[in-house]
Amino acid sequence: MSFHVSKRSDITTSKAWIIRIIAIVAALVVCGIVTTICTGDNPISIFTTIFQGAFGSQRKTFITLQYVAILLIISLALTPAFKMQFWNIGGEGQVLMGGLASAACMITLADKVPNAVVIILMIISSILAGAIWGLIPALFKALWNTNETLSTLMMNYIATQLVAYFVIVWEVPKGSGKIGIINQDSNVGWLINVAGNKYLLSIIVAVVITIGMFIYLKYTKHGYEISVVGESQNTARYVGINVEKVIIRTMILSGAICGIAGLLLVGGVNHTITTTISDGQGFTGVMVSWLAKFNPITMIFTSLLIIFMDRGASEISTAFELNQSFADILTGIILFFIIGCEFFIRYQISFVKANGKEEA
Amino acid sequence: MLDLVAFIPRAVQQGIPLLFGSTGETITEKSGNLNLGIPGVMYVGAISGVIGAFFYEQGAGADNMNAFLAILIPLMCSLLGSLLMGLLYCFLTVTLRSNQNVTGLAMTTFGIGFGNFFGGSLIKLAGADVPSISLSATSAYFSHTLPGASSTGWFGKIFLSYGFLAYAAIIISLIAAYVLRHTRTGLHLRAVGENPATADAAGINVTRYKYVSTCLGCMIAGLGGLYYVMDYACGVWSNDAFGDRGWLAIALVIFTIWKPDLGIFSSILFGGLYILYLYLPSGMDHAEYKELYKMIPYVVTLVVLVITSMRNKRENQPPKSLGTNYFREER
Repeated sequence: MSFHVSKRSDITTSKAWIIRIIAIVAALVVCGIVTTICTGDNPISIFTTIFQGAFGSQRKTFITLQYVAILLIISLALTPAFKMQFWNIGGEGQVLMGGLASAACMITLADKVPNAVVIILMIISSILAGAIWGLIPALFKALWNTNETLSTLMMNYIATQLVAYFVIVWEVPKGSGKIGIINQDSNVGWLINVAGNKYLLSIIVAVVITIGMFIYLKYTKHGYEISVVGESQNTARYVGINVEKVIIRTMILSGAICGIAGLLLVGGVNHTITTTISDGQGFTGVMVSWLAKFNPITMIFTSLLIIFMDRGASEISTAFELNQSFADILTGIILFFIIGCEFFIRYQISFVKANGKEEA
Repeated sequence: MLDLVAFIPRAVQQGIPLLFGSTGETITEKSGNLNLGIPGVMYVGAISGVIGAFFYEQGAGADNMNAFLAILIPLMCSLLGSLLMGLLYCFLTVTLRSNQNVTGLAMTTFGIGFGNFFGGSLIKLAGADVPSISLSATSAYFSHTLPGASSTGWFGKIFLSYGFLAYAAIIISLIAAYVLRHTRTGLHLRAVGENPATADAAGINVTRYKYVSTCLGCMIAGLGGLYYVMDYACGVWSNDAFGDRGWLAIALVIFTIWKPDLGIFSSILFGGLYILYLYLPSGMDHAEYKELYKMIPYVVTLVVLVITSMRNKRENQPPKSLGTNYFREER
């Protein structure tokens, strides 16, 4: 008996989701086994700990949701670019530049102009900074077809070093190598707390961008052009779409939304800037977006899953005095399973009996 | 004025991990696989070697270690660890035909997490009674220099003062360059990377070539991690110390236009750029300029990337099927 792989012509959505859920469950089982080996605790109490870490109290739930919101915004930002097959892995740098621009406004403009003006300038400058950081690799791509995976990657490190430079320029106190909380006393440039809750703003922004991106990709002419360019650049040219223009426009949008994420991180969440403020989420966002098949609504769940495991795993690491990187291992395992399961959605395996008759 | 005799050996030591990484990635990319998991693989290669050496040092005691085993055990552990990562990448992208970019990034997340986790928790997990992972005994074997390194003056310092893995890196990249350019195996491999359908029609086993070259590439890249921790860092593991060298190695592949022998000079050049900030004058009260100098390798890579794409010469292009998976029944 041998087997034969062929492409599925179509698969019902429910069947595809059953396959994905099986993969996630299998991944969780493997995660449980790995955790049991490392900690010696029993699997059920491990999952209780994970759940406690993510949703154990109201505060923890809000923090988890805020993390989800930031990751979701970054993933959404990258999505239009991926949809046109532009591998923007420079989310990290675009977020950092947005954050840097906000921090610059907060530090240099405090006490000079009213708070409202500072905040408006922060919003404008961070969106611009992110957009410019997205525009540069897009220009290279449009003009000379430069490999975008690597150019965006390099832009990340250039952004990191720029932030490192300004951190030393602005460091408080001198010689400490870090900025600390900006405008601790005056709160100039701190984004508002919606309904007295400091986590809510990011969540609201994320919801708005999710809906906006869903509509943009599905119902607008721009969204349609992005899909066509992603399917085939030749087709796009043939029907009269200016591919270069679409690439540049989409990357400006992508970078601008990353800039918003940077603004929220600096102005709303941390009130400071460090080189690690985006914490690898520019890369995680790539996977969140891809796992959701570039669908903004599905992305809510994929980002929730990743953050849930991440928060839970760091709870485990704290409880068992293990290294915080444990979360990355569990995230990796889950990703491998979900990546692998796509095969079973796209292809079907039929077993061929010795007499040559096929069975589904 | 730059003291070249002091500068060059440091540049070489910085360059060797990059050379391992870029040689491995070049071999991988020649088969059409763009493995963005290399940074993760290098972490896994490093930590696997550390784990092997750690248990051997704990088991045998630093005084009665056998020189042969002290090198062989970490080496084998490192190769095995990166081989497993390579197999994972191949299984997902070649057999299950998953997206290469996403698989690679997931491997990087996993690999760096794996390295930092075991680097941070190994002592606790093993229940050992030491304050930190410091494998100075093993490191001494790895960083043993060639005879005459200290007695031949500047010549010895520049050419003889490295551990055996540094010479291995150069030999491996020369072999890789020869095999790719002058042998039938290399020709087949390049055919697979350029156009797998044609290669398949010519009777070349595409799957096998992709598996072997990617796994081999990962094993070579993993050695870069091992060199870093055992030789450069003197056997001391500290989390995230390896940094972004894995990404630089991937960038180097483009810098060297897919030629491993060119990689020898470019990686040393990059190693030099990587530490140039230590040598450039910045004045007493302008420590911030150092951060700008650290940007140089990335800016240079970006510029080279853009220039190669502007010139657009046919022989300098990436393998044509790079980043795409091959499925025989899908044409």
